[in-house]
Amino acid sequence: MLGKTANGIFWMYRLLERAENTARLIETGQRIALTRLNEPDAEWRPVLQSASVLDAYLAANETVTKDAAVDWLLRSHENPSSVLCCIEQARQNARMVRTALTGDVWEAINATYMHARETLARKVGERDLPNVLRALRQQAALVRGMTHGTMMRNEIYDFARLGTFIERADNTARILDVKYYVLLPSTLAVGSSIDNVQWESILRSLSAKGGFRMEYGSKLAPREITHFLVLDKRMPRSLAFCTSKIRDNLNYLNRGNRDPGPSLRLVSQIEQQYLSHDLDQIFEFGLHEMITELLGAFSGLARQIELDYRFYE
Amino acid sequence: MAECFDEMWGDTGGLRAPYRGFHDWFAEEDPKRLRAKQREAEEIFRLTGITFNVYGRAEAEERLIPFDIVPRIMSGTEWHRLSRGIEQRVRAINAFLHDIYHNQEIVKAGRIPQEMIARNEAFLPHMIGVAPPGGVYTHIVGIDLVCTGEGEFYVLEDNARTPSGVSYMLENRETMLQMFPELFSRNRVQPVQNYPANLRRSLAACAPPAAGVDPVVAVLTPGIFNSAYFEHAFLADQMGVELVEGHDLRVVDGRVAMRTTCGYKAIDVLYRRVDDEFLDPLNFNPESQLGVPGIMDVYRTGGITIANAPGTGIADDKAIYSYMPEIVEFYTGERPLLQNVPTWRCSDPDSLAYVLDNLADLVVKEVHGSGGYGMLVGPTASKKDIAAFRRKLKARPGNYIAQPTLSLSTVPIFSRMGLTPRHVDLRPYVLVSPEGIRITPGGLTRVALKKGSLVVNSSQGGGTKDTWVLED
Repeated sequence: MLGKTANGIFWMYRLLERAENTARLIETGQRIALTRLNEPDAEWRPVLQSASVLDAYLAANETVTKDAAVDWLLRSHENPSSVLCCIEQARQNARMVRTALTGDVWEAINATYMHARETLARKVGERDLPNVLRALRQQAALVRGMTHGTMMRNEIYDFARLGTFIERADNTARILDVKYYVLLPSTLAVGSSIDNVQWESILRSLSAKGGFRMEYGSKLAPREITHFLVLDKRMPRSLAFCTSKIRDNLNYLNRGNRDPGPSLRLVSQIEQQYLSHDLDQIFEFGLHEMITELLGAFSGLARQIELDYRFYE
Repeated sequence: MAECFDEMWGDTGGLRAPYRGFHDWFAEEDPKRLRAKQREAEEIFRLTGITFNVYGRAEAEERLIPFDIVPRIMSGTEWHRLSRGIEQRVRAINAFLHDIYHNQEIVKAGRIPQEMIARNEAFLPHMIGVAPPGGVYTHIVGIDLVCTGEGEFYVLEDNARTPSGVSYMLENRETMLQMFPELFSRNRVQPVQNYPANLRRSLAACAPPAAGVDPVVAVLTPGIFNSAYFEHAFLADQMGVELVEGHDLRVVDGRVAMRTTCGYKAIDVLYRRVDDEFLDPLNFNPESQLGVPGIMDVYRTGGITIANAPGTGIADDKAIYSYMPEIVEFYTGERPLLQNVPTWRCSDPDSLAYVLDNLADLVVKEVHGSGGYGMLVGPTASKKDIAAFRRKLKARPGNYIAQPTLSLSTVPIFSRMGLTPRHVDLRPYVLVSPEGIRITPGGLTRVALKKGSLVVNSSQGGGTKDTWVLED
C-alpha cells in the first residue's frame, strides 16, 4: 500500500475520532453548565482546554461565553479541530484514499459530511444542540461500524485503527491533564458536591459513566476513577486499552519481521514506563507529571509511525 | 436547424424499432413516479460522490452532472456498422503516430504538408524514434460522434490524449439497473460493466519487457482538486490498482517506483491522467509538481509503459483533424467508413476569407481548445460575439478551424412536459493493445439540456444519458 494512502487513512480516522470526542465534550460542557447555578459560562474554559483549543480561542475572542465556545468547538473554520473542520478534512482524506475504502465506508463518511455541512451551516441554537450533537456522534459511529463490518483486515485496516486509538489515547490523556487535580487523593478531603460534578464530567465526556458504575459501584472516588481511565483494560477509552490496541495493530503490520521496529519499541516503552505500575506508584510519581509525559510519548509514537511506514518521504 | 433527426421518432414521426420496448414501458408509467426516480438518481450520484470539480468556482467545488433517465438506444446492427468505422479510424491513428515519430512516410508522400507536423505545438520531438512497448500509442481513445440522420454519423473529434467520462458511462448504467430493473428484463441491452477489467487487461498486455508475469499497473492523477479526480479514483478502484500522484513516485534503479509502506515498488504500466507537459519536470515543464522527474528517460529505455504515450496529441489536433480522411486511406488502404465534418483551416487565406464571410452560419473552434471553451457557434451567437470573434480570427488565423453547423440528432429527455427532444452526441470508448482493439458497446451520451442548444459539455450545462446497444 502507498505511504500516502496509509497517511490519509491514519488521519481520516484520527479526525473522525476527534470530531466525535469534541462533540462529546460539548455535550458534557452543556450538561454541567445547565446544572450550575452561578456563572454558567465559566465551565466552558476547561472544556476548551480539554479540547486543546483554549489559546487559539482566546486569540480570536475576548471572553469565554457559552455561545462563542460552542460555536468555536462545533463549526468554526478558524478552529481546525472544530467538529465541522474535522469532518470536512476526514472526508477530504477519504476522497484521497477512495480506492482503499469499501463503497459502504465511503458512502457513510460522505453522508456524514453532507449531513454536517447542512446542520452546521448556521449557528446551532440551544434548543437544537442536543439533537445535533447526538446525530453527529451517531454518524461517526456509522462510519466506524461500516469500517468494522465491511473492510478487509489488512494493513489498510491497521492504519485506520492506529489513527483511531492514537487520537483516543491523546483525548483521554488531555481530559485527565486538565482535570488531574480533581483526582488527587488529597482532594478527597474536600469531598464537596462541586467535585462530584467535576468527576462526573470526566466520566461523561468519555462516555464512561455507566461502565464505571457497573464495575466500581456508584461511589465516585478519585483512586477508582484514575484506575478506570488509566489502567483498566476493559474500558475502551482507557490509556491501557488504547495502547494495547496500538500494539496489536503495529504487530499485525510488522508480521514476518523478527525485529519489532522503532514504533513497537516505543509502545513497549510506554507500557513499561507508565502502564505497568499500581496506583500508589502513579500517585507517588505524580499523576500530572505522568500524564504530561504520556502526551509527549503518544505524539512521539505518532511521528515514529509516520517515519516507519513512509507517510511522507 | 428547425428539422433535425430524432432518434426515437425518426424523420417521419414513426417510432424507430430500437425504442419500441422503452416506449411501451414509458406509456404505462406514472410520470409522478418517474419524477421521484429522477430525484432518486440525483441522490444516488451525490451519495456515491460522482461529481466533477469546476475550475475557478470557489463556492461549488463539487457538482453533479445532470443525469436524464431516458436511455439513448441503438440497434445491434447500427452499432456494428459504427464500431467497424471506429476501429478503422483508431487503427489509422496509431499507424499515423508511429509514422510521424519515425519515417514520416505520409509527409514524404505529400499527403500532409511538412509544416503541419513540424510546426505543430502538439508534436513532441522527444518521441522521435521512440518505440512504445507493444507498439501502441493510444491505449485509450474516445471518439466523439454526432448523428445527423438515419445511419449518418460524423466524427467531431478524436480524443487521443486522455479521454474522460468513462466513469459516467459505467455509473449511468449502474444507476439505471438499480432504478429500473424491469426495463432491462424487457430489453436485451449489451453490458458495459466489463470495461474496467478490459482496461486493466489491455494495459497489462502493453507492459514493457522489464515487467514480470503479472505487470504492476497504476493510475496517475494530478490529485484531488482535478476536475476528473472522481474518475481517476473510480478507475483505479475498479481495476484494483494503486492511484498515485507525482510525489508518490520517483526513479529508482532505472525504473519508476511508488513509495509504499514497505519501500519503493516498481510500476510497469502507468495509466496517466496528467498532460504531457506536466509529466516530467526534467524533460518538459520544469515547474510541474504533478509528474515524475526522469520518467521520460525510463520510458525511452523501455522501463515503463505510459498510457497514452506522450505526444499523441498530434493525432487529435483540430488542424490535423481535417486530414483524417487522407490519414485513414493512407494507412489502411481503405475508404474511411466514418465521415469527417468538412473543415476550413483558417491558416489558409482562401478558407479564412470564406469563414469571415460566413461566421453567422459556422462553428469556429480553437485548434488546441477543448471542453467547449473558446468556440463560436455562429447561428446562436450574438452580433457582438461574432464581431469579437472576427477580431480574434484576423489576429491569429492559424489558431482556428471552422465547420458548418451540423444538424445534430435529438433524443428525448424526461422533463416536466414529458418527453422533449434535446441534441446529443456520443463518445464510445476504445481500448487498444497488441491483443487487438476492443470497443465497449455504446459509450457516453452527452445531452444539451437547454432547448435548441448544441453545446453538450458538462462544464456548460450538458447532462448525460445511459446508452444502450441492443442485442439484435
